[in-house]
Amino acid sequence: MPFHWLILILIALGAAGYLAGRKRALASADGDVRQLHSLPAYYGWNVVISTLVPALGALVLWLVLQPLLIENRVSNLLPQELIPEGSSAGLVMSDVRRLATGLDKAVAENVLTAQQANSMRPELSDIRARLGEVGVALGSDVRPEVMRAAQAYRRATASGTRLMGFCVLGLAIIGLVLSVSRTSRDFWARNAVERAVMALLIAAASIAILTTLGIVLSMLFETRNFFSLHSWTDFFFGTTWAPNFRGDSELSILPLLWGTLYISFIALAVAVPIGLFAAIYLSEYAGKATRSFAKPLLEILAGIPTIVYGLFALLTVGPMLVNFFGRGSDGVLGVDWMAGATSVLTAGVVMGIMLIPFVSSLSDDIISAVPQSLRDGSFGLGATRSETIRQVVLPAALPGIVGAILLAASRAIGETMIVVMGAGAIAKFSLNPLESMTTITTRIVSQLTGDTDFASPETLVAFALGLTLFVLTLGLNILALYIVRRYREQYE
Amino acid sequence: MNDMSRLAGSAIDVETPKILARNVNVFYGDTHAIRDVNVDIANNTVTAFIGPSGCGKSTFLRCLNRMNDTIDSCRVTGSMRLDGEDIYDKRVDPVQLRAKVGMVFQKPNPFPKSIFDNVAYGPKIHGLARSKSDLEEIVERALRRGALWDEVKDRLHAPGTGLSGGQQQRLCIARAVATEPEVLLMDEPCSALDPIATAQVEELIDELRRNFSVVIVTHSMQQAARVSQNTAFFHLGQLVEFGETGQIFTNPEDPRTESYITGRIG
Repeated sequence: MPFHWLILILIALGAAGYLAGRKRALASADGDVRQLHSLPAYYGWNVVISTLVPALGALVLWLVLQPLLIENRVSNLLPQELIPEGSSAGLVMSDVRRLATGLDKAVAENVLTAQQANSMRPELSDIRARLGEVGVALGSDVRPEVMRAAQAYRRATASGTRLMGFCVLGLAIIGLVLSVSRTSRDFWARNAVERAVMALLIAAASIAILTTLGIVLSMLFETRNFFSLHSWTDFFFGTTWAPNFRGDSELSILPLLWGTLYISFIALAVAVPIGLFAAIYLSEYAGKATRSFAKPLLEILAGIPTIVYGLFALLTVGPMLVNFFGRGSDGVLGVDWMAGATSVLTAGVVMGIMLIPFVSSLSDDIISAVPQSLRDGSFGLGATRSETIRQVVLPAALPGIVGAILLAASRAIGETMIVVMGAGAIAKFSLNPLESMTTITTRIVSQLTGDTDFASPETLVAFALGLTLFVLTLGLNILALYIVRRYREQYE
Repeated sequence: MNDMSRLAGSAIDVETPKILARNVNVFYGDTHAIRDVNVDIANNTVTAFIGPSGCGKSTFLRCLNRMNDTIDSCRVTGSMRLDGEDIYDKRVDPVQLRAKVGMVFQKPNPFPKSIFDNVAYGPKIHGLARSKSDLEEIVERALRRGALWDEVKDRLHAPGTGLSGGQQQRLCIARAVATEPEVLLMDEPCSALDPIATAQVEELIDELRRNFSVVIVTHSMQQAARVSQNTAFFHLGQLVEFGETGQIFTNPEDPRTESYITGRIG
């Protein structure tokens, strides 16, 4: 049975279940809605839920598990000697899958009969040419073992799909019958539907959490692989970052961490004062009209893709800084401190500009949340506006502002595009902000792009770097949330 | 009635008024909130503003220290003089005015600072203390006047927000008193307090009268009768009647005042 038919039948069953549940509920109450425990529609929805949820759940599970089981069984059919040197069982299996889909397609376009497809022997017929007719190109001549495996694959898939159809429909019908038979005027259909809604919401929430867990786990596994190839003392305590593909790379996170923290520090030094002052102006001084256009305007900055900021760093800010600090006697200051456009300062300043709306928007919300009664109290004592802000509003909002700054810091640490384009690629310890440096994120990008071999420590180090970054930003976020939450408790 | 016997004995200073308001009108945008109000606030007396909700008594109170300036759409006309000086004159800095005319609000609003810093806030920004010990003295005096000293003297550096509601309101009164204002405005200072805390604050108001003129807005007629010497009754933005509290409560001239006091309107 084709898949779309299955779905259509399920939808039809659901619709029929809705009507049946509704009708039966009404009939049990002699047509008087007030005799029912719940509104008639709830009875209908209850039947729909018990019809479709188990059936669709089984469907999804089946679709995930069936290919895994079948591949496992079919790959056992393949003899070991079939796998060529330097290749893997996976490559042969992908040949099998390709052949199987080719046969499916040939049958669908009537080039082969179903009988032929199942019994065809590659020794006797030119399967490659026949499949070529329907547009399925095979790399080499088909070997009999592969052909037999493909045929077994097709058979297993077909029977599995048929079984899936029966199981899913069976579950749907059982659910339908059971829930319709349970429908009566004393049945608490509304509560049942409410529980289903809650389950749906819980499922959505757990997907978000499970995804985070999945990300962490996948990184953990690759990181473990990395540490089995490379010593962890070098990674955490070494001082040099020098990957090469000769096998004696020095892969230490410290120079990268230094670059990351230095650039983030400059970014925050730019973003925090400007963002905070902007937030104070917007929330305390600006009139309604100014606020209504200035705030969205500032927040537009947050919507600019970071690659655009990267371009800005590379083409505008970098050359401008070189003009100031470089070019010897041709420069503005007549010094030659800066060689190229990429530097810690370039990336830091541009990243700071990117973070301004982040800091200002969050701080503005937090400052606006300080109760007006505190401002009135201060004004009532004869304090001026700036005295009120400095001594009453800001201290009250401080925990929230610190939280906002920490969130901005974790964005700065994780930021990639601006540093890829603005900071350079040299890993080193230096205090000079006019030199090129590199960060954890840019090294992850460079280790994973291009021709990579996922078994070498030079590639796997990216996962260790990524995990470190994840732990770092997670720690900052938790700290920020903790501080913000403590602040919230103060005014309730 | 106990309240009535008390107010019969309270003496009234007959001096030049501290604040003299003439033909005051207040507009919020197009709304005419206060119409032609004339009130004299006497020295060393408690003046109560009573009236049903929305009658403009709080608005008028907030005009006395120009707190309405913070509202953009608000416009005030007429003359309002503090010691003969027009407080709406362009040369008057509202910030300085508010140092002279302190205010206590409906809900206790201690700053998120220590008890000491809450009280020291005003003296610090106005430079009233010459030294640290001077400041400590000012804080102690203010807290004593606020009838809070004995309760908090051992924990001056605990946060002000940790006090009970009644204590917080007395802290706010102490805070207002610490800047040595000449007039103290109180906008329903007891509406968020329980009866015991209310009684303490009322007693305090009577004490404060010795040093300041107090203007209090209240919804409770018993409270007005208990603490005030003069009472102004507002209705629909107009000042209906203004006079000695005893007079207003026992023998009102205007039938509307009588209706309100006896509970027929409001």
